[in-house]
Amino acid sequence: MILSWRTGGLLLGLVFLAAVALVKPIGVSTQFVILDGIVWNSVEKSAVVKSEKNKSGYASPNAYLNKSGGAYAKNVAQPANYGLLFVLAMIGGAGLSAILRGGVSRPERTMPAIWRANYGDSPWKRYAIAFASGFVVLYGARLASGCTSGHMMSGMMQTAVSGFIFAAGAFAAGIPVALLMFPKDAR
Amino acid sequence: MTTIILAIVIGAAFGFVLDRVGATNPGYIISMLRLGNLHLMKTILLAIGVSSILMFAGLLTGLISPAHLSVKTAYVGVFIGGALLGIGFAAAGYCPGTSLSAAATGRKDALVFSIGGLFGAGAYMLTYSHVKAIGLLDSVLGGKATLGKIAGTKYPALFDFSGEWVGIAMGIVFIAIAFALPASLRNAAQTGKNTGKQPGDAPTAAIHG
Repeated sequence: MILSWRTGGLLLGLVFLAAVALVKPIGVSTQFVILDGIVWNSVEKSAVVKSEKNKSGYASPNAYLNKSGGAYAKNVAQPANYGLLFVLAMIGGAGLSAILRGGVSRPERTMPAIWRANYGDSPWKRYAIAFASGFVVLYGARLASGCTSGHMMSGMMQTAVSGFIFAAGAFAAGIPVALLMFPKDAR
Repeated sequence: MTTIILAIVIGAAFGFVLDRVGATNPGYIISMLRLGNLHLMKTILLAIGVSSILMFAGLLTGLISPAHLSVKTAYVGVFIGGALLGIGFAAAGYCPGTSLSAAATGRKDALVFSIGGLFGAGAYMLTYSHVKAIGLLDSVLGGKATLGKIAGTKYPALFDFSGEWVGIAMGIVFIAIAFALPASLRNAAQTGKNTGKQPGDAPTAAIHG
């Protein structure tokens, strides 16, 4: 059983507070780039190299990894840092929670009930849309320099103007798409 | 070393709570965006409100260091990127954090979404120079700006008020909206049905606060 919005909202708020009180605001989507960089660097050694010129001490031929003094390049070269460990721990925490509540039912593991009500049982149709959505979501999150965690929650809690702009864009697009794509409720 | 322990503890708590509020269930996210079940909307608004009020209270009392804040730059690409994220968020019911968390709960569509995400992030790496060249990343509204001036930070303020008190006021407004929002903005007959599925699985299960 999921938590009521009151208990859940309070706990989620305390986690965001703990993060900013003890370290820094929560963010997730950067780690998709770091993981891409790690994969690239493992097949091509020139992806990230040591550099005297960059502030971080690392450089990359890729302009994105090389930006801000090679900050991402450094995280690729030294992945045992806060950002990546945070995301790995998040994955572990969610997995632990799921085990303790008895896991997710078999039909739900392929698609949520509301998808089934609108598009039927085919897992491949669901996976195709999930893959395309993941692509668009992470492209968008990197274009925005943050996602639901970093911009919407961490951003708005700090009264960041960018957080409000991001939330406006996300809901302005997300609500019409959801209304159009899911006319039927889950049965 | 301390940072590593904090990463593990805070990260695990975040993933655990994301799962417990239903955010790892794409049904709840889709239902929120189609305005059928606002459980997650109320949860998120309350969470932002609570964290904001306590954070700004912590800044005012000196319990939280302003150096821990990290405000991102505002630019046109933030809106476009937010809109792109919104499209996939609605179509799949996942965002970057919840897809990874949901994959860990055994959801295979979440794993597929996350792999798509790795390709999307890779595509951004490859196109970054062009995106920057056309000016989508140029600062607007003061760049790394906050609503009011927050003491101890260099962030410019959009309005000439105390940033701490603006933050506390905003937090109160967010909590008020969380309480004021109904459970659903759609016809109750469509959303209140007992689906007979196991609790927590059914995105339309009635949520009683």
